[in-house]
Amino acid sequence: MLEYIISKYNFWVYVILLLIGLYAMVGKKNLVKKLIGMNIFQSAVILFYVSIGVKTGGATVPIFMGDAHAAHGHGRAIIDVASYINPLPHVLMLTAIVVSIATTGVALAVLILIFRRYKTLELDEIMKIRKDTGV
Amino acid sequence: MATHFPALLIVIPLISALFVPVIGWWKKGLCYPLVVAVLVVPLISALGILNRVIESGPFSYYLGGWAPPWGIEYALDYLNGFVLVIITAISLIVSIYSKKSVEKEMPEKVVPFYTLFLLLVTGLLGIVVTGDLFNVFVFLEIASLSCYALMAIGRDGAPLATYRYIMMGTVGASFYLLGVGYLYIVTGSLNMANVSELLPSLYDSKVVLTAGIFMIVGIGLKMALYPLHAWAPNAYADAPSAVSGLVAPLMTKVAAYMMIRVMFTVFKPVFFIELTPVTTILTWLAAVAIILGSIYAIAQTDLKKMLCYSVVAQIGYIALGIGLANKSGLTGAVLHILNEAFTKGCVFLVAGAIVYKMGACNINEFKDLYRKMPFTMSAFLIGAFSMVGIPPTCGFFSKIYLIMGAITAEKWVFVVVLLFSSILNVIYFFRVIQIATFETPMPDYGRDKPYDPVYMDEVPLSMLIPIQVMAAGILLSGIFSSKIISTVIQFVIPVDF
Repeated sequence: MLEYIISKYNFWVYVILLLIGLYAMVGKKNLVKKLIGMNIFQSAVILFYVSIGVKTGGATVPIFMGDAHAAHGHGRAIIDVASYINPLPHVLMLTAIVVSIATTGVALAVLILIFRRYKTLELDEIMKIRKDTGV
Repeated sequence: MATHFPALLIVIPLISALFVPVIGWWKKGLCYPLVVAVLVVPLISALGILNRVIESGPFSYYLGGWAPPWGIEYALDYLNGFVLVIITAISLIVSIYSKKSVEKEMPEKVVPFYTLFLLLVTGLLGIVVTGDLFNVFVFLEIASLSCYALMAIGRDGAPLATYRYIMMGTVGASFYLLGVGYLYIVTGSLNMANVSELLPSLYDSKVVLTAGIFMIVGIGLKMALYPLHAWAPNAYADAPSAVSGLVAPLMTKVAAYMMIRVMFTVFKPVFFIELTPVTTILTWLAAVAIILGSIYAIAQTDLKKMLCYSVVAQIGYIALGIGLANKSGLTGAVLHILNEAFTKGCVFLVAGAIVYKMGACNINEFKDLYRKMPFTMSAFLIGAFSMVGIPPTCGFFSKIYLIMGAITAEKWVFVVVLLFSSILNVIYFFRVIQIATFETPMPDYGRDKPYDPVYMDEVPLSMLIPIQVMAAGILLSGIFSSKIISTVIQFVIPVDF
């Protein structure tokens, strides 16, 4: 069992982070804590993607060193795919990180609007104010 | 030019969105004509695409000339072409309508409004046009982010409702992204057509099952499918009129389009129908959505809120049509996307017009409204007819196909649900019409003239004409529904149905 968990540890890490994020979004009463939960949730997805690019057996980052140029004279350089990790999920995650930052920005702006209106960011207090004023 | 229509569709609104703040900084009044002029281009492109699809069949466009599965492919077929025309037409109509409404509801935010409006349209078009799974996520977030910002401008409760929508929407998009990740693990591809070819041999894998479930739940959240609808009514009701007029007809329908895409293009229909009970679960959730959405709608006293619960119920119709997964059911669902876009567009614009004149839209204050705003309210009447399903409006035909689908599938419960929901629709729509048409304010006999004189007090033409165009759209799409089905929708149905 333990071996099973360890052999797929990247998935366990992402699932645990995902659930921590989800718990904060659902369980916390403070709106900023909810936002932090949302960030953890998105980071979990990003880590999941980054981890699926990994290859076992000494694969490394896809940066071509001198040998690609050295082989240039003989025609096309032979690139051994197995010795490089898959860069595509990482590139996708650059976009996802930008999206996550933009979402955080919009959410913070909305939080400022909420604070200006209710003078608090605790959800139960806001609900009480809304109930009292009948909105 | 014509070969680049799929790219123009996205690029023109996206680039113009950058120019709107520059032009707005120089002259605020120029934003509106610029946006209307810009939105004509996507409409022409979408019509060109649909025309080409009808004449010569589905085609694809390689963005930047990179061939799939490495490059991003824009895959155009009957379903996209159809939805693209709906989105571009509705967004153009709403943009024409928006002028007076925006000036009245948010005079100091005209420039940001139009920038975000164009970005929202870009996002919606992008989701529909692309044939790449990750690209869908990117456009989904472009649409959602601009939608959050637009909604937060609205009336009193708007920021809190928007905040809830941000939370739910982000979870939905992240679930979709996770599903795409799982598909990428097993297939190594992100191109929809390519994934669809690679998947069938992997259908017994648990990873594919997880991917499918993540994607359906994520899209269900974006689609406001019961029981994931909780964010929708408040967010839509509190948004500014022009925003809810654009978002309510389009956002959830585009998510419904995504669901059809994922269920019947990325996965083969057999996966969700026979190998997993997803379609069965979907039909039952849809049935609950139809009934509960309508009952909640009856309980509302605010017109916009009532319409929002109606959106939840109508999404149930589309989900039911998808879940029945037979020829008539899916025809009904796709036709209902068209019907819903025009009908919800029409009634939300009418609600916006009422807010413009009265400042609020409490149904109990609608007395004598029909005499004050006869043209606006007759458009509302047509919208209500379509919602209930009275011929010749489009709602009648889509409901007929859905009922026929339920009969073909021999699921009699859903026949009853569909018919019963029509009665519920009658209750909540005709209550509005009854108050607006037949009730007059209580006369005050203590005065010389016990009745206050009623004058016609219509909204400006720039609002009235879009409303009438929407109403005409409802009627025309109903009258020509058999032609629409025979030229477009029948080719949407997957071959193995």
